[in-house]
This record gives sequence, C-alpha cells and structure tokens, in this order.
Amino acid sequence: MSTLQQRQQARQLRHRLLLSAPAMAMLGVFLLVPLGIMLLVSVLQGGDYGGVKWGEYSFEAYVSFFYERDLDDSLVFNTDYLQIFQRSLWLSVLTTAGCLLIGFPTALYLALQDEKRRNLLLFLVTVPFWTNLLVRVYAWILLLRNGGLVDSGLGLFGFDGSLGILYSDAAVIVGLLYSFLPFMVLPIYTSLEKLDWRLVEAAFDLGANRRKALQRVIVPLAMPGIVAGTLLVFIPSLGNYIIPELLGGGKSLMIGNLIQLQFGTAHNWPLGAALAFVLLALVLLAMLSYNLRFRQPAMEGHA
Amino acid sequence: MTLRRTPLALSLLLSLGLSATAHAAGTLHFANWSDYYPPELLKKFEADTGIKASLDAYDSNETLLAKLKAGGGSYDVVVPSDSFIEIMVADGLLQKFDKSKLPNLKNLKANFQDLRFDPDHDYSAPYLWGTTGYSYDSAKVPGGVLEESWKPFFEPPAELKGQVVALNSIEDLYIPAALYLGVDRCTEDPKEAKKIQDLLLKQKPMLAMYNSDGTIERMAAGEVVMHQQWNGAFHRAHEQRDSLVYVYPKEGVHVFIDNFAIPKDAANVEEAHVFINWMLQPENIAAASNFAKYNNAVEGSENFMDKALFDDPAINTPQDKLDRLRPFQLCSPKALNLRTKVWTKLKK
Repeated sequence: MSTLQQRQQARQLRHRLLLSAPAMAMLGVFLLVPLGIMLLVSVLQGGDYGGVKWGEYSFEAYVSFFYERDLDDSLVFNTDYLQIFQRSLWLSVLTTAGCLLIGFPTALYLALQDEKRRNLLLFLVTVPFWTNLLVRVYAWILLLRNGGLVDSGLGLFGFDGSLGILYSDAAVIVGLLYSFLPFMVLPIYTSLEKLDWRLVEAAFDLGANRRKALQRVIVPLAMPGIVAGTLLVFIPSLGNYIIPELLGGGKSLMIGNLIQLQFGTAHNWPLGAALAFVLLALVLLAMLSYNLRFRQPAMEGHA
Repeated sequence: MTLRRTPLALSLLLSLGLSATAHAAGTLHFANWSDYYPPELLKKFEADTGIKASLDAYDSNETLLAKLKAGGGSYDVVVPSDSFIEIMVADGLLQKFDKSKLPNLKNLKANFQDLRFDPDHDYSAPYLWGTTGYSYDSAKVPGGVLEESWKPFFEPPAELKGQVVALNSIEDLYIPAALYLGVDRCTEDPKEAKKIQDLLLKQKPMLAMYNSDGTIERMAAGEVVMHQQWNGAFHRAHEQRDSLVYVYPKEGVHVFIDNFAIPKDAANVEEAHVFINWMLQPENIAAASNFAKYNNAVEGSENFMDKALFDDPAINTPQDKLDRLRPFQLCSPKALNLRTKVWTKLKK
C-alpha cells in the first residue's frame, strides 16, 4: 500500500517538475546565467580600454565603491558613489510617493464606476503605452522648456515668467511620475475591483465615518495592490537611465547613468558590474524589509 | 543534416548559375555612424563597380567596439574615430591594408599623410574630420563679440548664466579644459587633474545643461546663447541663424578624425579595398562632405564641395588658425582613470 502511495507521490513530483521545467529553464537562461556572468565580471581585473582580463581576479571594483586610492596609494573613504546612490534612492522614493498619492484615488475612482465607463477609463490609462517612451519623454521636454506649453498655460492665469524646471531634479521626478503612474494605478485597481463593497457598508452601519472606513477597511484590503504597485514603481525608477539623462540635463548622475558610464567611456567593466550588483542588493533589501514590515501585521491580523 | 545541406546545395546552384556576374561583383557590408553617409553615394558605388553594397548604422565607438569584439565578420568596412583606432589595433580587431590596392591614398592632403594614431595608414584612411570648438550668438552676447579663447566658455560673463550648454562627454570637456589651463591632457598627476576639476565645477552653475544631442536645434532656435559644438553641427545651425559665430580658441581646439578601417574577420576584403580606394576619389568624398557637412582630407575635393560649405571658415579652417588644431592623443589607463574620477565628482 505504502509503496503504491510512494509511487504515486513520485509520479506527482515528476509531473510537477516537468510542468514547471519551461519556467525554470526561462529563469535559468534569462536570469541566472546573465547574473552569473555579471558576478564574474565584477570580480575580474578590468582591461586597459574596456573588457576584462579573464582569469585575473580582483575585488578592486567593490573596494573602489567605498574607497579611492590617494596619492600615496592609501585607501581613503569616498562618498561619491554613495551620494549618487542616495540621490537615486531619494528621487525614487519621491516618485513612488507621488505615484501612490495620485494613483490610489485614481484607482478608487475607477473601481467605483459602472462597468462600461470603467472599461473605457481603464483603456485610457493604458493609452500612453501605445507610443514609445522616448517620444513621450521628448514631449515633456517641449512641454516644460522655457516658453513651452506649460509656461504659456501658466501665463493665461497671470503667472509671468517661466517655471524653469526643465533640466532639474524636478523635471526628472515629473518624467518618472508620468511614466510609472500606470504601474501604480493598475495593481491597486485590481485589488479594489475584487473588494466586497458590503464590507464598507457594514463599516458605515457600525458607525464609521468616511475617513475611518477608508483607513480601516479599504486601505488594508487594497494593501496587496499597494505593495505590488509600490514595488513596480520603485524598482524600475531606481535603475532608470533615459529619463534622468533627457530631463535632468545631464547635470547629475543616477545609478543607471553611473553604470552606463563604467561600461562606456570609463572603460571600467568590473566597477559597472559591481555597481549593478550593489543596486540588486539594495532592491532585494528593500523587498525584504517591505515583507517584514507589511506582511507580518497582516498575518497577525488573520490569526 | 538535411537542414544543413539545403542551403549548401542552394548556394552551389546559385553560384553555378550566376558565376559569370557574381564573381566579378561581390558584396560589401559597410557600417558607419548613423546619418553620416549619403545612401545615394552607395548607389553610385554600386553602379561604378558592380559591387552590391549595404549600409548599417551604429551610434557610438563603444557600440562598434563591442560588435567587433563579438566577432562574426558581419562588416567589411567600418568607420571608427581616431580615439579608437589604436585600441582596436591593439586588440587585434582590424586588419592591415594591402596598400597596393589603395593607390588613392596619395590623394590625401599633406597634413593627413602622417597621423599620429596610425602613422603609415596601415590600418586606417581618413573619412571626414571636424573640430570641437564652441559657438555663440553674436546678437545676444555683451558687446557682440567674444575673445577667441576658451575663457568665455569656461568662465562666462555673469549675463550668460543658464544660457550656456556643454557637451555631455568626458573627453569633450576634459580636453578643452586641459588646453585652457595649459595642463597635459594625459596627465597622471592627481593635482593637475584637480585643477581641471575645479574649473569644471566652477563652470557648472553657469550651465543650462550638459547635452550632446540637439545642439543644432538649440542654437538655431535661440534657446541658449553659447554652446560647445562640433563644427559641422555649427554649420547647420548657422544656415538657420545668421548671427551665430564659431570659435577656434587660441589655446587650441581638439580635432577628431573618423576613419575607414577593415575588421580582422571581414568576409569581403577585396571589395573593402575597392570601396575605400573609391571613397578616396575627390568627387566621391566630396559628396560625403556635402551630406554630413564635415570636411574631408582629400586633395581636390574642394572642386566638388558645396560652395557655402567650403567657404565656411568653421569647416575649412583658415590658414592662420591651422596651428590651433590639436589632434587626438591616446592616454594611459591611469590618466583616463583620473578623467573618470573628475567626471564622477563633477556629477555626483
């Protein structure tokens, strides 16, 4: 009897492995192999003019992230890269917060419409994806530049002069906010759409006002969508490269530009790879802390 | 096996059938910077030689380097900049010219016969060249005229704050800064590099942005008053706005030369030589100049160049300013490392 059961279990296991094999192969080929190559490059000695010297290992890239060599070859603590990481983090946090602030009410509004209207509005949310990102970012340059549409629009309301925010961090945030907003709206909408509105009615019956109902019922139930949206916005904006380059005026580097610089004119592939790994570590850390901070209380609530 | 055999059989069949014409004709895969070669000229080449040619584009020397390193022999002629010739030769990515097949090398102007990065034209022949100076709008600067120096660019008058744009690459800023300060551009001394860094940091608040794209549009539209610019881009902007002036700073101005070269693993070496030799004829290289708005290095091409282009002092450097031109110089990895440090500090 037990051998039969065992055999059945073994067969089930085989089936599962077989069924998941395509996904596993995908992950292996498109995630693990490239990551492995990057990891290897990051601990190799760099070539003189780009490339790496295969077989010559060195941790110089990771050391130079924190330290630079002084005149007498001694190591001095160096905050250049940390500052660039800090700015990138800060801009991404602002972008995520902005997306949440605009995205949540939008998603709530969408979820409260009747089905026909809702489908139309949802469709409108996805319309920007029909054009290339580069084209849309260039459009923002035309909108934001001195004497551009935004300036002349403000002029109609008696605001003279120019905003002058193109080629600044503010323009970068506007660009990031614009590009990533749908990634916040859609996941939140998905969780709100599944929400049982009778629960909200019940909250009102039990004496909750509108704010309390939002705070105690709607937001907690929408939490999976909010978490997903936050991650979907935060992570890509952290590594974004083209928006800071075009809207930031090239005055300050973000992580993405810094990595590109190392593989390009700086001819320092190992440092580029090491920076990419530090970025990866940061993202994993952020996701981990998110899990610890937000998943735990929800679980306790159920228990 | 059957899969593999079919194309072989097919190509055999084709080569048998077309042997008469195919042998004489051949093909050529040419790769150049995007928007830097007139497609009509390639048609003329096909008509002149019977070689079937295709044109592919890349966007930077780094991209080209990566493609050549990956191998595969997809290109027969490429156009790397002077700064990459030595690196590519050292990496064994280019093959030596068979100069018996390039008689037109003698057409090169005297000052292009002996180039530092490839003294005997063993691996490269100049395509087009230009300078990286700066331009300003004479209608908008105080007094209407600026000193022919890097000073107004690196230390602009207070009125021009936020009206100046610098190119967005290490080389393009570091070299002029070194020339202006009289520092060796290949310096390995951190103290010297620090001087350059201080100059660039002082300039930064005066700049509207660092940007290498759209230089023509910004100057033509009068969006900014001063712009570090390549001379060919200046020529195009000047066509649209008369008050623009191009400056050859007296401290020296960087010259860049883009060059024909044949990759090591090129499939059609014979045709590559035919093409390069053909391009070194005055009327053909002049057509490329007229298209890209940059000067070339071939004697006699002036007879075929657009008059407006050839008469522009920004394109055809006047005799008395020739000594201001500073050719490319490959620096040691240590010196380049210092440059990157300066750049990172500038933009941290």
